This record gives sequence, structure tokens and C-alpha cells, in this order.
Amino acid sequence: MSETLVLLIKIVVVLAWFLVLALLLTWVERKQSAVMQDRIGANRARIFGLRMFGLFQPFADAIKMIFKEDFVPPFADKVLHTLAPFVSFFFVAVAVTTIPFGPTVRIGGTAIDLQVYDGSAGLLFLLAMLSLGVYGILLSGWSSRNRWGLIGGMRGAAQLISYEVGLGLSLVGLIMVYPSLRLSEIVAHQGALFLGFLPRWGVFLQPLGFLVFFITAIAETKRVPFDLPEGESEIIGFYAEYGGLKWGLFMLTDFMEIIVVAALATTLFFGGWQMPWLGPDGLNWPWGGHWKMASWVVVCLQIVSFQVKVAFFCWLQILIRWTYPRIRYDQLMDLGWKLLVPLGLLNILGTGLIMSLK
Amino acid sequence: MTADVIFCVLAVVSVGAAAAMIVSKNQGHNALFLVLCFSALGGIFGLLGAPFAAAVQILVYAGAIMVLFIFVVMMVDPRAGIPPERRRRAKLLGVGMGVVLLFELGVAAWGWLGKTASPVPPAGGPAGTPIAVGRLLFSEYVYPFEITSVLILAALVGAVVLGKKEESEP
Repeated sequence: MSETLVLLIKIVVVLAWFLVLALLLTWVERKQSAVMQDRIGANRARIFGLRMFGLFQPFADAIKMIFKEDFVPPFADKVLHTLAPFVSFFFVAVAVTTIPFGPTVRIGGTAIDLQVYDGSAGLLFLLAMLSLGVYGILLSGWSSRNRWGLIGGMRGAAQLISYEVGLGLSLVGLIMVYPSLRLSEIVAHQGALFLGFLPRWGVFLQPLGFLVFFITAIAETKRVPFDLPEGESEIIGFYAEYGGLKWGLFMLTDFMEIIVVAALATTLFFGGWQMPWLGPDGLNWPWGGHWKMASWVVVCLQIVSFQVKVAFFCWLQILIRWTYPRIRYDQLMDLGWKLLVPLGLLNILGTGLIMSLK
Repeated sequence: MTADVIFCVLAVVSVGAAAAMIVSKNQGHNALFLVLCFSALGGIFGLLGAPFAAAVQILVYAGAIMVLFIFVVMMVDPRAGIPPERRRRAKLLGVGMGVVLLFELGVAAWGWLGKTASPVPPAGGPAGTPIAVGRLLFSEYVYPFEITSVLILAALVGAVVLGKKEESEP
């Protein structure tokens, strides 16, 4: 029974973390774009005169969306039109369950993994859930019976399917280096040292793999420079016929995808919750020093380290989103099929060669 | 106990979705019911202690193949249906395929009835893990695996050739 209770608590905590971070990211996105465009950004939302740099803006947005009319166009497929945003949201929310947030913690004799689901095919499960997210786009575009929505849905499906190939190939080299599909094991492998001082992080062992992974993963989030399914300045895209909270759900899903990509990049290529040179008994400096620490301090440091890395990658993606213009459709397909897929294959070949020489 | 309940739910969903797929007239709904059926089947694989098969079932069938199906269905007017001149052919083809499927099912059931022990290994064992499946694929089943790969490659090349042909004839 207590196992079920622990699992329930973990699910609630992870979901709360996920949604709160996604809400915060909407604020970060507004402020980041404002800083980059020499504006002040959203700062008017306030509670009892308290402005907090516009931190209440996400709540104001949510209230606005709740009070909008929940409109389904008369020509739309009503069931699928309503289902689509929930499909989008659900699969991203499930995907985050495989991410390890920290090491195994012992509380009163029971060992608790800071991870909801640690399957032996965890990485494949995560990719499967992310690949199902495409149904939200397809359904919303198709069920709206709107030309622009349909074009957006088709573009989205084609883009996501194309970039999934590159995404999968970029991770094969990583699975060869850390021989496991279990995310907790991949993180555990990254705790060791490499050349005496570098942590064995994926980015040092698989630099090309990381490059291909990050570009394809950004394309999977469908944001600028890969926002052709939406294309807000030309076709409005797959959610042209959505308003109010359903539209808000699509927006929230976008930000949740950013978090999943950031968490995945952290877990696979940047050591997950591992902090460089931090062992279970304290810091072991590569030049020979040793700082002793209590085990709870180490666990806290590792959890914070994971959060810092995820925050950094979220910020980096927002930076990229506000830096580059949208690429053309033929450029998108060329980049995916003619550059990233061959690079992914080359990475597998190179990894195999180096591993067989060892 | 919990596993039994989950199995019942998944079984009902998969069979129900398959039946709804056959009954429904809208091509888009057909494809979506098939996706639901595949997803429920993936869940059953996971429940039987085969996480690799479960993830691949969803990743490949629901996540890739059916997306391409729906991609094509999206371009068709859902209210049009099959044109009348092809309806006869579709019926004949359907009957033929049905007979073949019934024959295959009968053979499978015949073989299954003859056995006494359950061929399914106990859930939670190492049989369904990615490592075990990978070892089997590259040792005992390496020829079927490689021949399937060549077949898929041939289909890919064929698709490229067909696509090129259409492009050169404006």
C-alpha cells in the first residue's frame, strides 16, 4: 500500500513541477523576447499593487482564457475537435514520467527513486509517447475543416515524422556508449570520469550526436525556426479554429515540450542529476582535493543540479526561438533528410568504429 | 488483481476499437480507431512483461505508420466514400481477404489447441527486455530479421522509383 502511496505522491509532485514550470516559462518567454527587442515586457498584472516583475501575467492569461467562449465551429467534427488539445497535452505529460529527477533517496528505510517510471525500455517509451503527440496536431488540423488548419496539420505531421527519424538515429550512438535504454542507468554511467578530469557526459562522448539531437528536438517542438505548422504570420496553422482554454492547452503543450526536450538533453547528454566530481560522500576534485559532505547535502545538490541544467536548456531554446527567422518548407525537408539523417548515420558508424578499436 | 483489471480494460478497448473500425464509415475515424486498437495492444504487451515490444508497437505502428495513413486520409473528402465502379471490386477483394484470414486464424487455433502448456513466459521475467530481444534478433532469428530488412529496403526503393516517375511526367 505504501508503495502505491509513494507512487501517487511522485506523480502529483512531477505533474505540479511540470505545469508550474510551463507557466513560468510563458513569463520567461515574454521577458526574454522583451529584453532581446529592447522592450520592458509584460509587467502590468498585479495583485494588491504587487507587481513582481509581471510574474502574475500567466495567471492573468489563464483567467482571460477561462472566461472566453468555448467555441466549436458548426462545420467541425465536434468530438475530434474537442479531443485534439487533450491528446496533445496528455502524451507530453506522460512522457515526463520517465525522467530521473535525482538519485535514489532513503527515507526511513525505504528506498525511493526520484523517478516515476523506470522501465527497461524507458527511452523507447518516452520517444513513443512523444511520437503520439503528433495526433493532436493532425486531429486539430483535420477536424476543424478549415483550409489553413488542414495545411498546418499536414505540415506538422510531415515535419514531425521526418525529424523523428533524425532524432532516433542521433540517440543510437548514445545507446551504444551507455549500453542501456533505462534512463536511470544512462545517468548512472555518466557519473564516472573520462581522461581523468572530464565527467563522462554524453556531450563529450557524442558531440555530433548531441548536435543532431538538439536540432531535431527543437524541430519536434514546432517553434521558430521550425514553426511551419503554426506559421502565425501566414496560415495561423493547425489551431486556427481554437479559442479560449483549448487554445491555451495547445500553448501550454508547446511549453511542456520545451521542458521535455530540456530534461531529455540534460538526462542523456549532460549527466542528468550528476554534478561533476560529486560522489556519494562529497566533492572529489580532479587535482586531488576532497570535500566531505553529508549524504543529504549531496542529494540536494544533485537535485538542484538537474533543475539548473533544465532551466538553462529551457532558456537556450527560448533564446533560439527569438533569434532565428522561420526557414522555408523545402529548406526544412532538406535539413532533415539530407543533412541531419546522414549525420546521424555517420555518428553511429563513427561510434561503432571507435568502440570496436578499443 | 490490479493487472487483471488493467488487462480487462485494455482487452475491451482493443477489441471494441477493432470492431468500431470495421463498422465506422468515416475513413478518418477508421484510422483513428485502428490507432486506439494498436495502443491498447501495446499496453497488453507491456502488461505481459514485454516492455520492448510494447514501446515498439506504439512507436512504429501508432506513431509512424498510422500517421502516414491519416496523412493520406486527410486529403480525401470523408463524405465521398468509394466510387460506385470500384465498389464491386472492393467487395470481391474483401471477401477473398476475409477467407484467407479465417483460414490463417483456423490454422493458428488448431496449433494452439494441440498444446497443453502456455507458451507465454511468466510476466516480469527477462524474456521481454530490450537486451533479451536484441540477443534473439541477432542470433537465433538473424536470417528472418535481415531478410525482412531487405524486403523493407526494396519497398523503399520501389516507392522512390514510383515517386520519381510521377515527377518526370507533368
